[in-house]
Amino acid sequence: MQKSPITRSEPDEHGHWGEFGGRYVPETLVAPLDELTNEFMRARQDPNFWGECNQLLRDYCGRPTPLFHARRLTAHAGGAQIYLKREDLLHTGAHKINNAVGQALLARRMGKRRVIAETGAGQHGVATATVCALFGLHCVVYMGAEDVRRQALNVFRMRLLGAEVITVNAGTRTLKDAINEALRDWVTNVDDTYYLLGSALGPHPYPLMVRQFQSVIGREAREEILSVTGKLPRALIACVGGGSNAIGLFHPFIADEQVRLIGVEAGGRGDSLGEHAARFHSGTASGGGQVGVLQGTMSYVLQDTNGQIATTHSISAGLDYSAIGPEHAFLHNSGRAEYIRASDAEALEGFRLCARLEGIIPALETSHAIMPAIRVAHELSRDEVIIINLSGRGDKDVQLVAGLQPQ
Amino acid sequence: MSRIRDTFAELKHTARGGFIPFITAGDPDLVTTELLLIELAAAGADIIELGVPFSDPVADGEVIQRASERALRKGVTLSDVLRCVSNVKQHIEVPIVLFSYLNPLLKFGKDQLAEEAKRTGVDAVLITDLIPEEGGPWITAFHDHGIELIFLVAPTTSNDRLARIAQLASGFIYAVSRSGVTGERNEIPRDAESLVKRARAASDLPIAVGFGISTAEQVRQVWRFADAAVTGSAIVRQIESLADSPDLVARYEAKN
Ligand SMILES: Cc1ncc(COP(=O)(O)O)c(C=O)c1O
Repeated sequence: MQKSPITRSEPDEHGHWGEFGGRYVPETLVAPLDELTNEFMRARQDPNFWGECNQLLRDYCGRPTPLFHARRLTAHAGGAQIYLKREDLLHTGAHKINNAVGQALLARRMGKRRVIAETGAGQHGVATATVCALFGLHCVVYMGAEDVRRQALNVFRMRLLGAEVITVNAGTRTLKDAINEALRDWVTNVDDTYYLLGSALGPHPYPLMVRQFQSVIGREAREEILSVTGKLPRALIACVGGGSNAIGLFHPFIADEQVRLIGVEAGGRGDSLGEHAARFHSGTASGGGQVGVLQGTMSYVLQDTNGQIATTHSISAGLDYSAIGPEHAFLHNSGRAEYIRASDAEALEGFRLCARLEGIIPALETSHAIMPAIRVAHELSRDEVIIINLSGRGDKDVQLVAGLQPQ
Repeated sequence: MSRIRDTFAELKHTARGGFIPFITAGDPDLVTTELLLIELAAAGADIIELGVPFSDPVADGEVIQRASERALRKGVTLSDVLRCVSNVKQHIEVPIVLFSYLNPLLKFGKDQLAEEAKRTGVDAVLITDLIPEEGGPWITAFHDHGIELIFLVAPTTSNDRLARIAQLASGFIYAVSRSGVTGERNEIPRDAESLVKRARAASDLPIAVGFGISTAEQVRQVWRFADAAVTGSAIVRQIESLADSPDLVARYEAKN
């Protein structure tokens, strides 16, 4: 079944990567999505738009972020040199701000005064609340009740930033349910509202647009690694919730066939449906490995035998989601990228290890990528290089982990 | 000959407006759904929309969301819904439109669904999150089995798009009265009438208006400019309020 890897990953004009992506939405949303697509395509060609965007990324968010040589993690792994792309150093503490800045600029161009967003871990909600404060826009963030509980610090941050946080009590009270509510809000308030979606999912043009705003991560990383080591890395490793930090790092390397692209999904606490968020996991009882439609896009979706969307579990709110961005589905099927999983326990191990060895406390989402990266590095020689996307910092998770720590 | 086309021809002939009630299949259970379908037909429903429960109904307000949850808690599947249609079709003639989100249908398989729909007596299918641009294979599969695929148009739909949708639509056109989710509302927005006018300019198909139509007065209002009115949440809410009662159907009748 080995296919020759693809070196390009561009959707057609309707946002399809092969059979994946597209627009599966109520008719009411077609016009606003068209309007958004047109504005995005215009902005993409507009040097003034990028001028302002890049200036904000630099002066407000702190780009470029460093590529840090993690010597003690490297020694621990006993193989390839491990580098960390430090998105955790950005303003608000995660890669989410890259996309929030870009889309808020679009919202302003479109004259929308009200911005809505969903959030899981709260990082996208905080990023959105932040740019709305900066631009003087009214901000409403939907967040599942379970996530409000486990990411309480971020709820407080959003409110400090002037956002209205609406707790969602439907379903499993996590990211999927927050997106449902945001979509219901948007369909009701299409005229004045901009939906600032936080990951590389949803209907066209979101997966393409979020990738565009996040691929600054991979462009910088490519330049940085070439200037430091003079060669390309053997592997890139990133956690995958909806898939925005991963696609942001991967995209500028798609054509570099020798670079392995490795996404890490949440393996949760077991293999059966409901116990994990590993959409590509095709074990018998996993509910994974199935193509379906959720929240506007065709992709791999965790579901039961009747096509009802399955509940998920992950220790990290940001990976706790039943579907995955459509471009990842395409990269998976084409063989260009590999997807593996890390359990809750492994994520905690990575969280602690990164803190002890590098003095960097990563977000629990990010932590999923650490142990798999160590295994990958271990199998490579010391003159090779791999990059982990350190997508966010773990302050928001310290309290949760403290509650789990053995005394 | 299409039963839906006959129904609208008959309505036109008798200069009546059509009434299209919506209920969620399996709410509160499948036996009650069968009885309700028969009662609704007896009460004069011209077409019935039967909702297939789905875990993530983004186009629905709270009332229909809860109905879906109740049905899913009972484990109701698409096969159950089809069996339910098959059972009642032995007693009633009124056309039945399955109202669903795409994923459960995708999982069932479009060709298998088209076949089963034909066999059980489903007349048409409306898929809330399937726009014509993505609907090609579904249009073909249903067409081959004589099942009509109903498309929605909304106040945000441009005239160009209306014309394109009209080309692909069959049965009737479902005009969404407002930008928003399903749920009872106090008035019919002005948008609805102007949307119906625009849709008439694009298509000869009958036009039904739905979303937020909650009272008999509102139904009559819709009849002034459209061929039929769809009422969902107002009926589903009554079912909910009676759901714990063992003689739901009798009490439902008594109330109406
Ligand atoms: C730090 C961090 N990393 C990763 C994710 C997962 O999202 P994505 O897959 O879109 O990068 C989140 C989401 O909340 C996050 O906060």
